[in-house]
Amino acid sequence: MQQKILSVQNLTKSFVMHLQNGLQLPVMDGAGFEVFTGECVVLGGPSGAGKSTLLKMIYGNYAADAGEIIIAHGDQHTDLVTASPREILRLRQSTIGYVSQFLSAIPRVSALDLVAQVARQWGHSEEVAQEKAAKMLSQLNIPEHLWGLPPATFSGGEQQRVNIARGFMGEHKLLLLDEPTASLDAANRQVVLSLIEERKANGTAMLGIFHDADTRDKVADRVIDVTKFAVQRAA
Amino acid sequence: MSLDQDLPLLSVKNLSHFYGQHLGCKNVNFDLYPGEVLAIVGESGSGKTTLLNCLSTQIIPTDGAVFYRNRKGQSDNLYEMSEAQQRILLRTDWGFVRQHPRDGLRMNVSAGANVGERLMALGDRHYGKIRDTALDWLEKVEIQADRIDDAPRTFSGGMQQRLQIARNLVTNPRLVFMDEPTGGLDVSVQARLLDLIRRLVSELGLSIIIVTHDLAVARLLSDRIMVMKDGKVIEQGLTDQVLDDPHQAYTQLLVSSILHVGS
Repeated sequence: MQQKILSVQNLTKSFVMHLQNGLQLPVMDGAGFEVFTGECVVLGGPSGAGKSTLLKMIYGNYAADAGEIIIAHGDQHTDLVTASPREILRLRQSTIGYVSQFLSAIPRVSALDLVAQVARQWGHSEEVAQEKAAKMLSQLNIPEHLWGLPPATFSGGEQQRVNIARGFMGEHKLLLLDEPTASLDAANRQVVLSLIEERKANGTAMLGIFHDADTRDKVADRVIDVTKFAVQRAA
Repeated sequence: MSLDQDLPLLSVKNLSHFYGQHLGCKNVNFDLYPGEVLAIVGESGSGKTTLLNCLSTQIIPTDGAVFYRNRKGQSDNLYEMSEAQQRILLRTDWGFVRQHPRDGLRMNVSAGANVGERLMALGDRHYGKIRDTALDWLEKVEIQADRIDDAPRTFSGGMQQRLQIARNLVTNPRLVFMDEPTGGLDVSVQARLLDLIRRLVSELGLSIIIVTHDLAVARLLSDRIMVMKDGKVIEQGLTDQVLDDPHQAYTQLLVSSILHVGS
């Protein structure tokens, strides 16, 4: 049976730009939707509609002004809008994962270790973690001779794929996908699509942004049009 | 998650300090939990160093209380302890990494003695054991074993800072205060030091309160951040939230003043 993992209600967000004379930028008013286990929901709408803002609020990276973001974890429910920093950090460890191509690179840690680290955090032994990381890196076509090197020395595309590998290495119940396929070549895009399918099959709930229409059509069980949550601006 | 980790290690209540009429810091409140890294940011004169000095009992504040939960689980007001008790905390349970190595190291005694000194202060007297522990710590902070008998004045700035970290961590402290630990170092040396601190924090589960004016350092190391201005905490929260979605005018100014060089 499908379980509700994420429930967003009446979510409101505006930015106040103090350095521009307190300019108010309302971006979202009354956003509401739900995401269940085993489905991939895609946020749709033109750029500037607030897709990325919405995803960042659900990760706790942006603060909402009002409303609720209820996350189900174990038999508990936590509202991210009012959660303390510690609770948000715990949820990021236990429940909410973020897959992005762009994460701050940690210097001096090898690609293999960066990915294995995540598997270790999920309770796998050193040996299993290394195995899983190796499998993920080869799946994403990172040449084996690079595994022992820190990604800071890699090409842009290789770094992006290491970040994706890290994102999918976790076993979070809710995965936020921030354009994981953008700028990937066809072969690697296909790998990410199959990783998404795999996760879907084992019950992970996913919410993502995909600009490429073709990819979106392939992964989306539902598309939520974010423009309906946008603040109606007076003409 | 054990019950122990659900209780704050440090609990700061209405802390204020005045230098005569002049405000140092005012009405600071926060809890620090085991394993948490808290960054205090703000420009010079914002009160962040005053706050750090109050928390580490180097200054007794004009008003307020700080409760520290000791290894037995009892919570004591730091300012009601005797000076002797405060000194024991600073030597054992706590560490203090200073901006200038000369303030945190003894520059003319050997690296090994700098690390061993804190162990001896705890009553360790076995020379061979102390030396072995010192060697072990030099290795952890990436200082070659053959430098153990050299005085830190012969070390580079980055090495001195790493030695200071070893000296502080050798007693397995639970809480480490850091005052601009990467200030004044070259960027590449800084990166190495930050990387080391990051690794030690996650391996040892340390709680850290770090004062810095460098938001990149705060982002890399801390879970939570407090922004200070004119002696007051004007914004606080999850580090990436405060830096990516700052609400106060001053925080927005700080964030927008960062030079973006690479990522």
